[in-house]
Amino acid sequence: MIRSILAAAAACLLVSPLSASAAEPAAPVGERPAVRQDAERPGLQQDRERSAIDLEIVEVVSPGGITAWLYEDHTIPIVTLEGSFRGGAALDPMDRAGATALMASLLDKGAGGMDATAFAAALEELAASVSFSVTADGVSVSMSTLAENMAGSFDLLRLALTDPAFDEQALERSRARQLAMLRDEASDPHRIATRAFWSGAFPGHPYAVPPDGLPETVEALTREDVVARHEQTLSRDRLRLAVVGAISPEELASLLDETFGALPAEGPPLPGVAEAAVDGGVHVIEFPIPQSVVVFGHGGIPRDDPDFIPAYVLDHILGGGGFGSRLTEELREKRGLTYGIYTALMPNDFGQLYLGSFSSANERVREAIDLVRAEWERAAREGVTPEELDAAKRYLTGAYPLRFDGNAQIASQLLGLQVAGLDIDYVNERNDLVEAVTLDDIARVATRLLDPEALSFVVVGQPEGLEASDRVN
Amino acid sequence: MRMPLLVLGLSLSTLPLLAGEGMPDDGIRTFTLENGLEAVVIEDHRTPAVTHMMWYRVGAADDPPGLSGLAHYLEHMMFKGTHNLAEGEFSRIVRENGGEENAFTSYDYTGYFQRIAADRLELVMEMEADRMANLAPPPASAESELAVVMEERRQVVENRPGGIFNEERRAVQFINHPYGRPVIGWMHELENLVIDDFLAFHGEHYAPNNAILIVAGDVTVEEVEELARKHYGPIPDNPDLEPRQRTVIAPQQAARRVEYTDPRVQNPYVIRTYLAEPRRPGDQDEAAALAVLAEVLGNGLTSVLAQELRVKEDFALDVGAYYGDLALDRTTFGVYVTPNPGVTLAEAEARMDQVIADFLATGVDPELLERIKTRLRAAEIYARDNIGGRARQIGAALTAGLDVEDVRAWPEALAAVTAEDVMAAAHEVFRPEASVTGWLRGTGEGVEPGEVVFDDTEVSGQ
Repeated sequence: MIRSILAAAAACLLVSPLSASAAEPAAPVGERPAVRQDAERPGLQQDRERSAIDLEIVEVVSPGGITAWLYEDHTIPIVTLEGSFRGGAALDPMDRAGATALMASLLDKGAGGMDATAFAAALEELAASVSFSVTADGVSVSMSTLAENMAGSFDLLRLALTDPAFDEQALERSRARQLAMLRDEASDPHRIATRAFWSGAFPGHPYAVPPDGLPETVEALTREDVVARHEQTLSRDRLRLAVVGAISPEELASLLDETFGALPAEGPPLPGVAEAAVDGGVHVIEFPIPQSVVVFGHGGIPRDDPDFIPAYVLDHILGGGGFGSRLTEELREKRGLTYGIYTALMPNDFGQLYLGSFSSANERVREAIDLVRAEWERAAREGVTPEELDAAKRYLTGAYPLRFDGNAQIASQLLGLQVAGLDIDYVNERNDLVEAVTLDDIARVATRLLDPEALSFVVVGQPEGLEASDRVN
Repeated sequence: MRMPLLVLGLSLSTLPLLAGEGMPDDGIRTFTLENGLEAVVIEDHRTPAVTHMMWYRVGAADDPPGLSGLAHYLEHMMFKGTHNLAEGEFSRIVRENGGEENAFTSYDYTGYFQRIAADRLELVMEMEADRMANLAPPPASAESELAVVMEERRQVVENRPGGIFNEERRAVQFINHPYGRPVIGWMHELENLVIDDFLAFHGEHYAPNNAILIVAGDVTVEEVEELARKHYGPIPDNPDLEPRQRTVIAPQQAARRVEYTDPRVQNPYVIRTYLAEPRRPGDQDEAAALAVLAEVLGNGLTSVLAQELRVKEDFALDVGAYYGDLALDRTTFGVYVTPNPGVTLAEAEARMDQVIADFLATGVDPELLERIKTRLRAAEIYARDNIGGRARQIGAALTAGLDVEDVRAWPEALAAVTAEDVMAAAHEVFRPEASVTGWLRGTGEGVEPGEVVFDDTEVSGQ
């Protein structure tokens, strides 16, 4: 949920395989942009019984004190685990930016006396998968296994987490890939815009630097840096876990201790929370492309703010909902100015933004920016209509159960709730919280959240009609 | 906008085994209405939700000459109103019932779907039937939506060197065949599309006897059949529907090459695709061998290309192989290498060729083959968790000319592949005269995007 939006939109993802750009066989193109997959969305008032979520989620606490949320279901003989260690790349020292990402990419490149190939083959023999990724706010771990191979799969996960080789040769390979990714991203207009926005908004803060680091910091990383990040970022006090599938609470409890028990008990202090600093301007980064890519926004709102849910509903109406939102209506449906425009609250742990993005042909982007500003001002001034609020509630409450469609989805939902600091009953209460939002709530949060004066734009491309003084580079 | 890439190659293993002893019922049921509408129901009662999909056996490869992009443009226009529903109503009603929806176009199919609470199935079915029979978008919407499609093209093709490169490679691979045109259409042809084009296309192709209904989730086949009879049953078939007869790909007698250089490219790569046969009705063995070959050569660290070029030798940043198993006409088998910085593409291509030549000489490592088959068998079980993915795989298979029995037989075909089959497939597919080799290169200069400083003194306020 919240967390994954962050990760996706903050351009802070690690490890997108390079092959993605290389191999694109007969890909069905032409899908309309999907409704953002992880935005908080959902439902129906009528027939609550049918659309209500009826999941028995239990909190499993191991004898060693490790906690996981479990949804037990034996329909399919598989087990899915999703975990996250709070902290992530935000814990990297500035001159070691990218170290946590490099560390995480090495966890499955040899462990427990096996080299990278042997470890991969061991996973293949069990038909299991284990993967790690890093965002600014966390180190994520995912595992899927057949129920029959559960013990062996958890053991491989244990080895990766607690006994990685950090082999020098593997390190050099991973470093080369990380540098290659940074080069790719440096020529991806959407990444350029997103990173420029985060860097500009959080100067001097870890969020100013991408989780993958900068070429110069990644070049300088040593094995000692990697070992240090391993000791500091994977601690039990920072770990949140969700497990779904054919496993009992008793089985899980003992596997938790076996798998995670040897990790350090506590991690280092977390970074402070920073205020986003933006200037309300339009900043152009010249780039040779026919269509300008725009990222816009200003400061956001923390996930634990009492106004978060009203803000979430407001965002849905303004831009977060994709189709049906005001921005999509104005830019895409009425004028054909873009293929898609989205906004999302980014309630990161150490600083919040409210961000949006779209792309428009260079000759039309100026008009699109003006429209975004106008909609921002209108929403700040007038809030939303009763009809809009009603429609948003129907969608948000009705679609919420659809997020729990399958083990993998349930696991990621259960992890997202924990990462957001919500309690185990939230799944059942969440639609009531959405239903309770009033027009007054929206008006209050619109005044508080939406700041047309501060709304800032980063434009990557060769836009026409934006003044030369706005140009960077 | 999707990127199925390797997914196309290997995941296709999505349906559970029926034949094996003790394998659970796969929950798949079928029926056909009198007007020719075929239906597939996948029962899965874990969540009270349903995925409702309508697939048409028509796609970009059926765009009339000179009108590339038409099938995809029609897909967009299907959201713009009917004789009964105003522009945007369809989507609004889905949303207000807590549902999600979208659509997709490929060469051989166009599909529409909604995902919604199971008790709303009839609502979306009624509206889907309405736009099959009564499409009538307002003319103004046709114009603005064409602008949207052009923005989409800029976003997915022109703004990306890889997008331009892929378009060029296809054009060279599929000469004299519509697979050589982009699904989204060429800009100069998009400019000419008008409302009468897509209305005529809709009238010809969007009929029950050219469509497949797929409903997956918390429903029963009886329930779905009753609703389908009610809403899709009254729609007349199109008796004049022509068989999908496309031109035959021009015979290829020389290895072809494409080089594209773009300053935005930071990690150059070489990619080679070979024309190959896809899965055929009742005849999937060769395709299964190619699917396993792609795994052997290029999926994961233990694969042949990765072992040779990334593990034993530090030569490449990335390597891979893939096979598109579903297509109505021909498909491709691809291999690629992204070499380390400083290595030329000529060297990369030579090393790639050497690895393949050595592989052809030495054969498959039996342990690797065994692990791959373990993984493919397990993939069947994992796939059961993703109900939407199962529905989508069936739709793609059926619109590629297969039937449900072929889909059910695919895991067995994969399981039956032997080392000899893999090598025979490799010798068959790696024919230089059926290949296109592509080089995507940068200029070596790179581009230096600037940074942004948010600073009150620089405010432009637009």
